[in-house]
Amino acid sequence: MSQIVYQRSPGLKDVETHYCPGCHHGIVHKLIAEVLTEMDLLDTAVGVCPVGCSVLAGNYINCDFIEAAHGRAPAVATGVKRTHPELPVFTYQGDGDLASIGTAEIVHATMRGEKFTTIFINNAIYGMTGGQMAPTTLEGQKSTTSQSGRDRKIHGLPVRMAEMLATLDGMAYAERVCVADIPSLNKAKRAIKKAFTLQQKGIGFTFIEVLSTCPTNWGMSPVEAGRWVQSTMSQYYPLGVVKDAEVPA
Amino acid sequence: MQKELWKGNEAIAEAAVRAGCRAYFGYPITPQNEIPEYMSVRMPEAGGVFVQAESEIAAINMVYGAAAAGVRAMTSSSSPGISLKQEGISYLIGAELPAVIVNMMRGGPGLGTIQAGQADYFQATRSPGHGDGRMIVLAPSGIQEAADLVAEAFDLADIYRNPVMILADGMIGQMMEPIVWHERKPAELPPKDWAALGREGDGRTHFVTSLRLQSAENEVFNQQLMGKYQQIARDEVRWEAIDCQDAQIIIVAYGTTARICQSAARKLKQEGIRVGVFRPIGLWPYPYEALRKLAEQDTVRSVLTVEMSLGQMVEDVRLAVCGVKPTPFYGRTGGMIPETEQVADQVHQILREVKA
Ligand SMILES: Cc1ncc(C[n+]2csc(CCOP(=O)(O)OP(=O)(O)O)c2C)c(N)n1
Ligand code: SF4
Repeated sequence: MSQIVYQRSPGLKDVETHYCPGCHHGIVHKLIAEVLTEMDLLDTAVGVCPVGCSVLAGNYINCDFIEAAHGRAPAVATGVKRTHPELPVFTYQGDGDLASIGTAEIVHATMRGEKFTTIFINNAIYGMTGGQMAPTTLEGQKSTTSQSGRDRKIHGLPVRMAEMLATLDGMAYAERVCVADIPSLNKAKRAIKKAFTLQQKGIGFTFIEVLSTCPTNWGMSPVEAGRWVQSTMSQYYPLGVVKDAEVPA
Repeated sequence: MQKELWKGNEAIAEAAVRAGCRAYFGYPITPQNEIPEYMSVRMPEAGGVFVQAESEIAAINMVYGAAAAGVRAMTSSSSPGISLKQEGISYLIGAELPAVIVNMMRGGPGLGTIQAGQADYFQATRSPGHGDGRMIVLAPSGIQEAADLVAEAFDLADIYRNPVMILADGMIGQMMEPIVWHERKPAELPPKDWAALGREGDGRTHFVTSLRLQSAENEVFNQQLMGKYQQIARDEVRWEAIDCQDAQIIIVAYGTTARICQSAARKLKQEGIRVGVFRPIGLWPYPYEALRKLAEQDTVRSVLTVEMSLGQMVEDVRLAVCGVKPTPFYGRTGGMIPETEQVADQVHQILREVKA
């Protein structure tokens, strides 16, 4: 007798992704897919995927998607959610996208308390364009545009987006998670579920920052990359709930 | 039907609401501020959405989102703001999304002047954004026509799944005129079965995108776009020819400038000079054929172009006339509205030169 112990979530399409081995984009896609499936939102959810390695997310996650210009996903999502408040809407954005070219859009969407969810993939680098420095690149971290390591005198220090956005009243829920091991991955899934649940309640903007790998541009093996998230990245970007508007401070 | 006195910007906003626009996103800039101001009150009344965006970039991307979700959406701005919207316009074209964009032109370049201008003609008709895209461009010369064209713009955008621009000069926005609200019979529109509004009953998903990673696929898409543009160029040409039959001189002008040229033509008529005014209503597609036929008449000595720029539409006039007649140009820049006398002087000078 065979028994199914694990299978592809119906929230994922039956296709191969283009992500590199050890890249966490695929894992986060899976978590979103599972959450949308468990909450019965696959038929109504609309995702917005801007330019970046995940620009093809609409080919992988089994719900409707809109591709957006670089950095503009929060504005596009505003257009969708305001005209269709009943639909669960989310953006899926990289750190070059959200923390650099799209800072104005994410700050103002948060400020207005837009009632959608943002999944923010912080991999401390520009993945798609080949490993340039991002606003989130750690001090001393090498990239193709900071070849001797990020220097605070030239580039300043990396930005903690969850904390920065949490200073705005429109932020209802902000949490930073990672998916580098099974307990963290389970926590990340709970965080994503919480964000969608709060979105359904309509209390404000919800934001999940995921510390992710880019083994290809970090020059690490998948295993080394996962360890680096836990040993180094999470030191600068502390994991945990940054803001929960439902819990009085 | 009863006539009502309306200011251009407000008439344009009201016309959009009456045309079923249910999402407006904008950012303040003179001389179009009455549009977002009016919409901030009127949109919620009509059950629609108004958001004052943080920038023109955000506004056009909100339009992109609302359009992708199947809603009739609009934004408006003036020249410097339209430059910021160009990225979004290109994405609208690439994702084949309908939307209406109003440009209440002022004088450039840079911050320029806040007074009426017509110097964004190239931007609108030649290069609405990066890539091989085109945009239908409609240019009203009065408030009635502005209101009528807004309604038409929404239909055209839906029919061709392409952004449409209302290209007006700041005078149109600020001026008041009596207008009539016509009952329009609803156009036959294709279903928006591509909209990202949730999956179809059979589980099929929608993915609104302008990304075509495979070059061959991208070329096929561009060829399809071009096919659509050829159809538009054939079926959607709009112009008005006033007294152009047997004219000695034809003046070509659009928007406010066309009205000044009509006054000049009336004045010249009293002097016994037969002057026609050719007024393109659509700037893209341009009425090349119609203008060429009129210019070919034996009576026509010269085709004069007048613009509030130092020479942009004149290039289309020259493409149309194709060297069969002289094509002189008279232009003033933003806020330096050409006067009737000055246009008449140009015509006198042309006739002197022809005689000499
Ligand atoms: C306006 C614009 N500027 C630059 C680019 C090039 N570009 C494509 S993806 C990207 C950055 C992607 O990095 P990130 O957002 O961190 O996502 P990742 O690929 O790492 O997942 C850039 C700069 C673009 N497509 N559009
Ligand atoms: S380049 Fe980096 S972010 Fe992009 S798919 Fe590869 S590992 Fe993932």
